[in-house]
Amino acid sequence: MSIAKVCGIETEYGIVVRDAELNAVTASSMLINAFLGRSETRTAWDFFDEQPGNDARGLLLGEILAPEVETHLVNTVLTNGARYYVDHAHPECSTPECRTASEVVLYDRAAEEVMRLSMQRAQPLLNGGEIVVYKNNSDGKGNSYGCHENYLVDRAVPFGRLVTQITPHFISRQVFAGAGKVGCESPGAVPGDIPYQLSQRADFFEEEVGLETTLKRPIVNTRDEPHCDAAKYRRLHVIVGDANMSEVATFLKVGTTAIVLAMIEDDAVGDDLVLAHPVTAIRQVSNDPTLRAAVAMANGKRMTALDIQWQLLERARSWADRHGLEAVSVDDGKRILEEWEAVLDGLSTNPESMASVVDWVAKKRLVDGMAARHRLTPTDARLKAIDLQYSDLRREKSLALRCGLRTMVDAAAAQHAVDAPPESTRAWFRGSCLAKFPRDIVAANWDSIVFDVGRDPLRRVPMMEPLRGTRALTGDLIDSCDTAAELIAKLGATTGADQPHT
Amino acid sequence: MVLAMAERTKKQRPSAPREEKSTEAETTAPHHAENTDRLKAELDDLLDDIDEVLETNAEDFVKSYVQKGGE
Repeated sequence: MSIAKVCGIETEYGIVVRDAELNAVTASSMLINAFLGRSETRTAWDFFDEQPGNDARGLLLGEILAPEVETHLVNTVLTNGARYYVDHAHPECSTPECRTASEVVLYDRAAEEVMRLSMQRAQPLLNGGEIVVYKNNSDGKGNSYGCHENYLVDRAVPFGRLVTQITPHFISRQVFAGAGKVGCESPGAVPGDIPYQLSQRADFFEEEVGLETTLKRPIVNTRDEPHCDAAKYRRLHVIVGDANMSEVATFLKVGTTAIVLAMIEDDAVGDDLVLAHPVTAIRQVSNDPTLRAAVAMANGKRMTALDIQWQLLERARSWADRHGLEAVSVDDGKRILEEWEAVLDGLSTNPESMASVVDWVAKKRLVDGMAARHRLTPTDARLKAIDLQYSDLRREKSLALRCGLRTMVDAAAAQHAVDAPPESTRAWFRGSCLAKFPRDIVAANWDSIVFDVGRDPLRRVPMMEPLRGTRALTGDLIDSCDTAAELIAKLGATTGADQPHT
Repeated sequence: MVLAMAERTKKQRPSAPREEKSTEAETTAPHHAENTDRLKAELDDLLDDIDEVLETNAEDFVKSYVQKGGE
């Protein structure tokens, strides 16, 4: 029986400093500090229990480098439940946990607004200089940074089945989820050979499955760090996607993946879509904007990415008829299925017709149009400039905001979500406590909040269930408390491993 | 339910989608031409806009856009 697909997105943004002497780490810290400037107090991220080196396959190989936890860099929690921090040399924002793909779109948009506010607030500190943020995943010179998705998955599903059955979706969803890229960064690529491809990230994947995120990147990442009850759940950490400027593309990327994962839990996908060579296939699909490339299947057949997607959609409809859509919430699920069919229909008949939905199509239209107008060769810098500036987050410069992408979130809702948490997950409890009792919270993370209510010791409130701590379950409780001490007393929390009440 | 499934199956077009398209294009030729003109005009306006807003020195901009790897 599939479980609720609690989900979220973490985006590492590209960062450029103009007319100021700052390295990328300092500039990223400055953005976050400038954003927080108005906050009454700041709440630090709590690193208790972080174990990004745990491997879902259960084996810990000596030669694998576990991801570092950089505890010394700026790292904070926002009142909307998000985490905003410096990761390596990039500003990164993780959305709060969401119950639906639509909510993820809203909070991904809110994260963009957080970045815009950060750029604006940092401006006066820069003596005429500027920090600019880009929502993309590569610099065109072989350096990539990620846009990761997370999905709650039933621990009972055998991990091997999860890997083989989700991989075909990761490879083939590029047809609608790819953000588009001018050029190719695969090792040994000759400039101009692949003038344009579907995905920002496909060039960087070298393994089918593994723990790394920065080198030898795997299509399925095995980080086993659920940030919730590990006996019941795993968090599938997806590193293979692009950051999308199109809201509908984000909705499709998250929505279809949530559905396919729920189908795998209900054993409704089957093994006939398993790929023979996933690492080859991810590049074949990305490198072919005609969408006609057929990839080798494990059963000896060949299928195009669209063939695989049509099969997944058909099975998703049949799964929905049998099991219902509660795992992704019914209304959202219906919309996902409709948008999924519409985008496959459009891409199958005429890919250009999807320029208002699919980033790679929208971007390609600009690149091709500009190349024809000015008679540019495929390696002309102006075409790569279009690629980069497509994802510029400054409103006055962004090409994505000019090219007619259909939106799902209105401006006021995105602004509201900069401060307000989603009501549907424990992010509501985290964000509401931070907004109401900012001076009494020492630190917070995904699965707990540490309060200092003036008496020793500090009180850790665990939140091991992602679907508790919702507004429905804790709204009245928080409303009824004037102080954090009162809240702690009512929760009956003590330090240590007491039962979560939220 | 069976009927609904049959309709859905018909909607799938994993093979030869482009043939269907060309048939449609022939029967709706005048409308199609109008549509193409409109799309071309839209794209021209968009490209005017982008010519205005695009980084003035593309070469320098692209060259200086260097990021550290992340994740």
